[in-house]
Amino acid sequence: MSNGHDHHDGNDDHELRVSKIRDGTVIDHVHGGQALNVLAILGIDGTNGEEVSVGMNVPSDRLARKDIVKVEGRELSQDEVDVLSLIAPDATINIVRDFDVVEKHRVERPDVVESVLSCPNPGCITTGDEPVTSRFSVLEDGVRCSYCETIVRDEIASLIDT
Amino acid sequence: MRHDHLITSKQLSRADIETVLDYAAEIDADPSAVADRHAGTVLGLLFFEPSTRTKMSFETAMKRLGGDIVDMGSVESSSVTKGETLADTVRVIEGYADALVLRHPKQGSATMASEFVDVPLVNAGDGAGHHPSQTLLDLYTIRENAGLDDLTIGIMGDLKYGRTVHSLAYALTNFDTRQHFISPESLQLPREVVYDLHQQQDGTGIREHDALEEVLPSLDVLYVTRIQRERFPDENEYQKVAGEYQIDAETLEAASDDLTVMHPLPRVDEIAPEIDETDHAAYFEQAHNGVPIRMALLDLLLSDDAGIRGDGDE
Ligand SMILES: [Zn+2]
Repeated sequence: MSNGHDHHDGNDDHELRVSKIRDGTVIDHVHGGQALNVLAILGIDGTNGEEVSVGMNVPSDRLARKDIVKVEGRELSQDEVDVLSLIAPDATINIVRDFDVVEKHRVERPDVVESVLSCPNPGCITTGDEPVTSRFSVLEDGVRCSYCETIVRDEIASLIDT
Repeated sequence: MRHDHLITSKQLSRADIETVLDYAAEIDADPSAVADRHAGTVLGLLFFEPSTRTKMSFETAMKRLGGDIVDMGSVESSSVTKGETLADTVRVIEGYADALVLRHPKQGSATMASEFVDVPLVNAGDGAGHHPSQTLLDLYTIRENAGLDDLTIGIMGDLKYGRTVHSLAYALTNFDTRQHFISPESLQLPREVVYDLHQQQDGTGIREHDALEEVLPSLDVLYVTRIQRERFPDENEYQKVAGEYQIDAETLEAASDDLTVMHPLPRVDEIAPEIDETDHAAYFEQAHNGVPIRMALLDLLLSDDAGIRGDGDE
């Protein structure tokens, strides 16, 4: 496994389909079809002028099809990486400076995510006009609202508060 | 026991439960001993949903401790109709009262409210969520009638929406109990609750059934809840199941002579009146137990020397 030269490894044919970045973050090994949800979780919708490249459903050795997201000029915070783990548990985060990968790490699932997901239970107090931010504890196989205790296993991405 | 708030029965250990139950028994035996304990103390009652019994029971408990209550009145006449948030309401009433009791239609409301106040808050029902003070009086009644260990209990009726059922089931996992859940398929325990019960216990003590006769002879306690007609989209569907979950003297012929029948009340037609006069019936006693239990609970929450009869004192 080459370290620090991700853009030169065996997969570059595919990765080259999305442009290289000078400084920023490459989120690799996102499950196929989840790239837009990754952007949503990061609150990136392009309106702030971010330079973003997205590759969707590119062939991968590790996952049959993967998505890849490259964000120019932005290094992800640990909180952001934690939250990413909910929808992209196999993702690798590559921090790029001057075209080189200077840090590479796997995401880890946090114990709690706050202000990121909205509760799907219409009877939940967090769905009203109360001054409360959503809070979910992270289970082995899903997330659980800390207020109404509803468990969500699938479709976590659909709860992303955008 | 040292909790600032009572939000769910999940937060109660076996020791906590025994502290409250033992203290309630003491109070029950001699209420005059605590008659002035909380003179000058004010309890705020915030009932965003009607519940005459629970409210009156807290009110009676506070007054029997020598304290008083402030009541926000009915939701229709309160500032809620002006769109005030619950977070604001509890912060305002906290300034008037030394403790709060909250009943609210939304799940998680008590958890949220407790994050905004410093005075003790008791959850008196949050939507389909929890109702822990009901659970304590249920446990008290069960202990008086059948004991809490080596207990086989059947819990029957609307298990899906019944918060009293969920709260009770969690609390019972602290004891050596076998729990049988009896309901029509459409009103089974929510999967979340089953998940929690399996987390709290190894799951072997929990069984689900659709017919009472499968388990009735083995039961020490049968806890009946109301199957609400309005839960069924179709009246025919309701009629099909309703009869199967009603008990009368004939039903109980298959039961042990020692079977204790409980119900959180109000009942409609789940328990035939002919059972009221039998030794099986414990539901009125159960309702009366609400006062000593809530006296014990309020005293424990309001006293600085919390654990008054609890862990540290023995
Ligand atoms: Zn919720």
